[in-house]
Amino acid sequence: MLKLYDCEVKSRLLLGTAGYPSPAALAEAVRRSKSEIVTVSLRRETAGGKPGGAFFELIRDLGVRVLPNTAGCHSVKEAVLTAKMARDLFSTNWIKLEVIGHHDTLQPEVFGLVEAARILCDDGFDVFPYTTDDLVVGERLLDAGCRVLMPWCAPIGSATGPVNPAGLKAFRASFPEVPLIVDAGIGRPAHAASVMEFGFDAVLLNTAVAGAGDPAAMAEAFALAINAGHMAYGAVPLEPRDMAVPSTPVIGKAVFT
Amino acid sequence: MTFIVNGDEQDLPASTLAELLELLDYQGNWLATAVNGELVHRDDRAGFTLDHQDRIEILTPMQGG
Repeated sequence: MLKLYDCEVKSRLLLGTAGYPSPAALAEAVRRSKSEIVTVSLRRETAGGKPGGAFFELIRDLGVRVLPNTAGCHSVKEAVLTAKMARDLFSTNWIKLEVIGHHDTLQPEVFGLVEAARILCDDGFDVFPYTTDDLVVGERLLDAGCRVLMPWCAPIGSATGPVNPAGLKAFRASFPEVPLIVDAGIGRPAHAASVMEFGFDAVLLNTAVAGAGDPAAMAEAFALAINAGHMAYGAVPLEPRDMAVPSTPVIGKAVFT
Repeated sequence: MTFIVNGDEQDLPASTLAELLELLDYQGNWLATAVNGELVHRDDRAGFTLDHQDRIEILTPMQGG
């Protein structure tokens, strides 16, 4: 079981809800993934609130816990107000905190992120910060009151997989007691398995499933890969070696002359 | 009075936030509101008096990653 603040979950896959071909495809992907936590957002709605309400009733019917985000916020003020509105709307203290600093890469603005995290933690939020793999920022976020960290492994939606494996491994090693979720940049199940083999506790992804030809099948594939990677980490994988080591015993080998 | 509702200027005969939501046909519980950058809790909308040129944000749940 994985404990995230007050919540224990079996699934180590947190799934985003954006970009699916249809609401039915989203619902089926969530079911096949066996995910227990999905991310949602808040946006302006001009049609009487009905489409947003219908979307959220679909999510509610799936019986999963929601993790609202502050996606698209570029300032501390925006992110804090969005978080407060999310708490009011979804009746949860959980918030996936995003403070975006760069238009092209959607890289977190880590100074504002730490400031917003401190404000929200002091206000009783359980903050899930979307951050980089910078160790010092991770420490500052913990100082601010975060009890979960979510480093990216590549830019959001890029599907490139871990671009800095050494950095992610150092992040894991630096925060051995903190639940760590890789958020953003995963493209394929192999990427997810890889970061789980590094020792990460969970993976949060969206586009890799929603944009797949068969989102439901891809959701299940990710769930299987994440479980495999987690099991492999627990089984202590071999470290790579430069030279060959024979797997078949040499002793007793026949000698033909 | 004139209000800025989700970025658009609108003239509406509303004196409270709850009245404004009703005039704009916002329905159901799936709304979050803020006025001039401050959250207005759902239970406070009926008693929240609006002023000319107030900036009102009305948000609803949306898909997100």
